[in-house]
Amino acid sequence: MQLAGAGSLHAELEDRIERLEIPWNRFGYDPYGASKRHLVRTLLPFCWAYRHYFGVRVHGIANVPARGRAMLVGNHSGGIALDAAMVIAAMLLELDPPRLAHGMADRFLSRWPFLAVLAQRCGQMTGLPEHAERLLEAERLLLVFPEGAHGTEKLYRQRYSLVDFGTGFVRLALAAKAPIVPFAFLGGGEAIPTVANAYKLGRRFGAPYLPVTPWVLPLPLPVRLDIHFGEPVVLGGTGDEDDEVVAAHVERVKLAIAGLIAHGKRVRRVGATRGAGATP
Amino acid sequence: MKVLITGVAGLVGQRLARQLCAEGHEVIGIDRRRFADVPAGLHLCHVDLRKRAAEEVFRHYRPEVVVHMATIEHLFAESEERYRVNLGGTRAVFEQCRRHGAAHAIFVGRHTYYGAGPDSPLYHTEDEPPLGLASYPELADLVAADLYAGSALWRFPELVTTVLRVCYSLGPSGHGTLATLLKRRLVPAVLGFDPLAQLMHEADVVDAIATAIRARPRGVFNVCGPSPLPLSVLVRETGRRLVPIPEPLIAAALGRFGLPKLSRGALGHLKHSIVVDGSAFRRATGFVHTRDEAQAMTEFAAAFPARRPRAA
Repeated sequence: MQLAGAGSLHAELEDRIERLEIPWNRFGYDPYGASKRHLVRTLLPFCWAYRHYFGVRVHGIANVPARGRAMLVGNHSGGIALDAAMVIAAMLLELDPPRLAHGMADRFLSRWPFLAVLAQRCGQMTGLPEHAERLLEAERLLLVFPEGAHGTEKLYRQRYSLVDFGTGFVRLALAAKAPIVPFAFLGGGEAIPTVANAYKLGRRFGAPYLPVTPWVLPLPLPVRLDIHFGEPVVLGGTGDEDDEVVAAHVERVKLAIAGLIAHGKRVRRVGATRGAGATP
Repeated sequence: MKVLITGVAGLVGQRLARQLCAEGHEVIGIDRRRFADVPAGLHLCHVDLRKRAAEEVFRHYRPEVVVHMATIEHLFAESEERYRVNLGGTRAVFEQCRRHGAAHAIFVGRHTYYGAGPDSPLYHTEDEPPLGLASYPELADLVAADLYAGSALWRFPELVTTVLRVCYSLGPSGHGTLATLLKRRLVPAVLGFDPLAQLMHEADVVDAIATAIRARPRGVFNVCGPSPLPLSVLVRETGRRLVPIPEPLIAAALGRFGLPKLSRGALGHLKHSIVVDGSAFRRATGFVHTRDEAQAMTEFAAAFPARRPRAA
């Protein structure tokens, strides 16, 4: 059985991945281990879910630079990295030419068999400062969730809150002179309503925790997801500033994201009452 | 120019000696091993690097450039012997360089210096410490030799020291770690892992060292060629078969069922990538590799066709 629209989506995805401005070698690999073939195969189900299962709505996509180094910085929403997958899908499906967003993944990922390879083949790397510097230097698009694992730990009732941000991303953006594109991700908390986190069980599998939903497994509901991209924040500096200066920059980005979340919640309410997607 | 090559009877040593002789340099070679058809213009000395006779070679010829390649890289030798040769030999070479007025010393090391681990960055730069020793203690003597050679940069400022960390080589000779892994038809892999491997054509390794002799860069440099490829692609493109084995079983399976024997530490290299950033060397010397990964794999596969099991 084939899912509705999967065939044409496959062709579209192949075409879009072909149009990525990435220096593939003759075997179809980029210098960081991403592969054209794996991208199509792995992202197809995510892109299908993006279009047909969640019906993701993207607002302010023009704020994402078409070329050159940039950092997408947003809130975590949902107990598993569904948010990252949907932002990656959005960059492929909504931008022209498409871009590959390189997520900065938690360290546990590189220890997991299969998943570690799959992540690398899709351009997702461990969140080391060395990787971020190198990718920005290569004019790539970075995807950063400064809340880290504490962000995905959020329970259903905390779904629109922001936990503490790490500060490393601001220093990296300053040093690389990369614009920060803030974004808000809404709906992940409803799609995967976490009622509890199983920390002990998670550690047994080498992960920080495993989210538990009312139906136990973190399988997402078909809830409409919204991604709001805000205006790029361009910071001036060297990356060698005092912690206070960096903390102020972090606060600025956090406020921008909080503002986008608040705006996004209003849009969702309006959308829910009208039963259609509303663009601000 | 007068160039002394230690370990000249090795594959890269022989080729480098031939190339330098052809370019009209005076070449002196030191090795204890046999060297068939020595090229004209090479003075071959069968001496032990750590013995008095080697000192006499330095004193007599007074080489301007010394290329140190006399290190045991395979892991079959006893670790005590490896320490004696790799660390003791390196120490002796740098002592003689200083004592007999050499202008340039090149230590040819390996990119496995960095080690393979889940938390290490994908592209290693020269300033990183070796992190793989805890899981692969067999490499300790090569790492120590590398760091000792690097210490000549501050101990002997009058001597230009170049430490090269060269990635895997592959080519028709079938020499080297990667070639050894790929020689049999069945290549073991850890199930669920597919590390990136960086390889350059063996002729490009010779070119890189020759370039270092000409450009005389001071410092530690990674040397690599084309961008890395997953182990699975290497295996496929050389006509071999990948045998993914669950990690708990792999130690027992190696050396049996037609699989090569590997040390426990080497398993880390089958799980995680060691990829180096070679841009500093390219900037300092202008080195460009001229043979791509496909050529290296094709030539290797042509020289060592995968043996099929006898047809029934």
